[in-house]
Amino acid sequence: MKFQNRLSALAAVALVASLGLTACGGNSDGASGSSGGGKTTVTFLPKNLGNPYFDTSDAGGKAAVDEFGGTYAEVGPDTATPDAQVPFINTAAQQGVDALVISADDPKAICNAIGTAQSAGTKIVTFDSDTSPDCRDLFINQATAEGIAKVQVDEIAKQIGDSGEIAILSAAANATNQNAWIELMKKDLAADHPNIKLVDTVYGNDDDQTSFDKTAALLQAHPDLKGIISPTTVGIAAAARYLSTSEYKGKVALTGLGTPNQMREYVKDGTVTSFALWNPEDLGYLAAYAAKALVDGTITGKEGDKFDAGKLGSFTVGADATVLLGDPYVFDKSNIDKFKF
Amino acid sequence: MTSSVLTRPDTPATRTYASYSRPLWQRVLLTREMAVIALLVGVLVWSNLNVPNFNGPLTLYFLFLDITPILLIALPMTLVIITGEIDLSVASVVGLSSVLVGMLHHDAGLSIPAAAVVALVVGAVCGAFNGFLVSYVGLPSLAVTIGTLALYRGIAVGLLGTTAVTDFPEKWTTLAQDRIGTSSYPVVLIPIAVLAILFALLLHFSPFGRGVFEIGLNDEAAHFTGVNVERTKFWLFVMTGTVSALAGVYYTLRYGSARGDNATGMELQVIAAVLLGGVSIFGGRGALHGVIAGVVLIGALSSAMRLESLTVNVINIVIGGLLVLSVMSTSLLAWLSALTSGRTNGALRLGRRRQAAMHHRKGDQ
Repeated sequence: MKFQNRLSALAAVALVASLGLTACGGNSDGASGSSGGGKTTVTFLPKNLGNPYFDTSDAGGKAAVDEFGGTYAEVGPDTATPDAQVPFINTAAQQGVDALVISADDPKAICNAIGTAQSAGTKIVTFDSDTSPDCRDLFINQATAEGIAKVQVDEIAKQIGDSGEIAILSAAANATNQNAWIELMKKDLAADHPNIKLVDTVYGNDDDQTSFDKTAALLQAHPDLKGIISPTTVGIAAAARYLSTSEYKGKVALTGLGTPNQMREYVKDGTVTSFALWNPEDLGYLAAYAAKALVDGTITGKEGDKFDAGKLGSFTVGADATVLLGDPYVFDKSNIDKFKF
Repeated sequence: MTSSVLTRPDTPATRTYASYSRPLWQRVLLTREMAVIALLVGVLVWSNLNVPNFNGPLTLYFLFLDITPILLIALPMTLVIITGEIDLSVASVVGLSSVLVGMLHHDAGLSIPAAAVVALVVGAVCGAFNGFLVSYVGLPSLAVTIGTLALYRGIAVGLLGTTAVTDFPEKWTTLAQDRIGTSSYPVVLIPIAVLAILFALLLHFSPFGRGVFEIGLNDEAAHFTGVNVERTKFWLFVMTGTVSALAGVYYTLRYGSARGDNATGMELQVIAAVLLGGVSIFGGRGALHGVIAGVVLIGALSSAMRLESLTVNVINIVIGGLLVLSVMSTSLLAWLSALTSGRTNGALRLGRRRQAAMHHRKGDQ
């Protein structure tokens, strides 16, 4: 009995092994082959699915792919982690898609998978969030620091009549990008707007309540304040919430970087005239056209390469294989309802 | 009352006869394990024919790379579940081990093997802590490991915060993804095969393994037949901890990133695969070849569905549905076989679950 049972167990193991081997053997001789002949296949891989920002950008990508007659697909994990993103990069390599447009969940962790996909013939374009420059073919940059600084200074100058006291409500005091923008804004103010005086910079630490309190304190401390710039989405929303319920509503201007969903009600009730960010739809659109140009061989990603991006016009590849979308996009009452992110 | 007492000794004998009344091929082929294997072969064949690019050379390579951590942890998890216990903290140990490898390499300057050894020791300690609380303090493993799931994950995230260590030597990250020669099989399959054979010998061909099954069927009876229940369980938890840490080392090198949130939720994938492979959640029944087939089945299904560009939600729904069906089928099959054998012995309709378990138990004697 004992012996027979062991025998049957062994037989089962042997069977599994042989099944596994035959299944595998059958696969190894299969050809990979890219999908189809003429149509360019472009797959979008956002940080995660179910994120309104990426829904908007990928919709732009789909519009572009439809325009040039390619095949569009969107895949992605439900959590924004690099290990969840890797299987989707692998799948793209298996499918032999022509181009993969990625918003990277980690600058380095997904590079290995990207390398495998590239050796399978897939072109890699990153957008929104870049990987290390050496592991992708092209990065579509949404905005430069200079562009972000300039648009906010321009907007506040327009709203307060180019003179008076302003203040900045930033995120954390040691936030690298915030400080870079603030430095550039100071330069821009000194050079082009001599009548605007930056009286204070306060830090809300990207915390809603702290930003709200700092806004209140700012208005108390500077009774002549005419405008506030908040280059952070958390800060501008908190400041708008404070202003909209205070006596300063409509008297103190507020601008900065925000998202339409957060700012919609404050734009409509007149608290905020305009604010800036890039247009994710254009970002996805440009990324799709850049992917197409790479696949067609129009560009290789070296500096100075030019390609055409449909309704957005012509673009040139900059240093580090980067393409700049352009100036930030200004949202106001007239266009805010077109955006759902 | 009297009659039931009198008939009891007869029933096992009848069952034994019933289970051996079938020819060998039936006993080998008509099992849950073989059903899973058949399903796996079916999925592989169907996908090869119908899913575009599934027959490409990269499919199996990525499939094995993806399932490696789950396959590793499923081996000791099978033994734990057969004893009727469960270990939910495995994915947190993966995360902790990943963070340790990252920090020891990056901050303390240890080589990868040295960091891996430390991570394995910590994994063993994590497992031993679970095992101590379950075996010697006598707490339910579900409660203990829910606690340590949070505890170990908390330590992992606390150590590294929201940052990630990503600068690992290329030698090691490449090794984690190397192929055997030019085949579709990654090199990691070799240690997995060795471990799988070791665990199969331990579970199916050793007195220790026999004790594992007995504990799952009835730990008191096991105790009285000379099985050291506490020690067996304790070492099983040490094994899951250590193997989870090993999976964490692999995970770190495979993805080239040590993060506190690595492998979050993987414990459910592991347990799903083990149950799908025919192991009873009530303990006492299961076999490793079924579990291995279960892991590969989940991997192959996910791979095929990703190639069909289905979203991750659909993939989760399909795998979740499959798992529920497989757990239900245990009761369903037992009920059906009770119906058929009911012609010779009507009393068997009672205690279906025990009967299903007894088949196995008798088979081992």
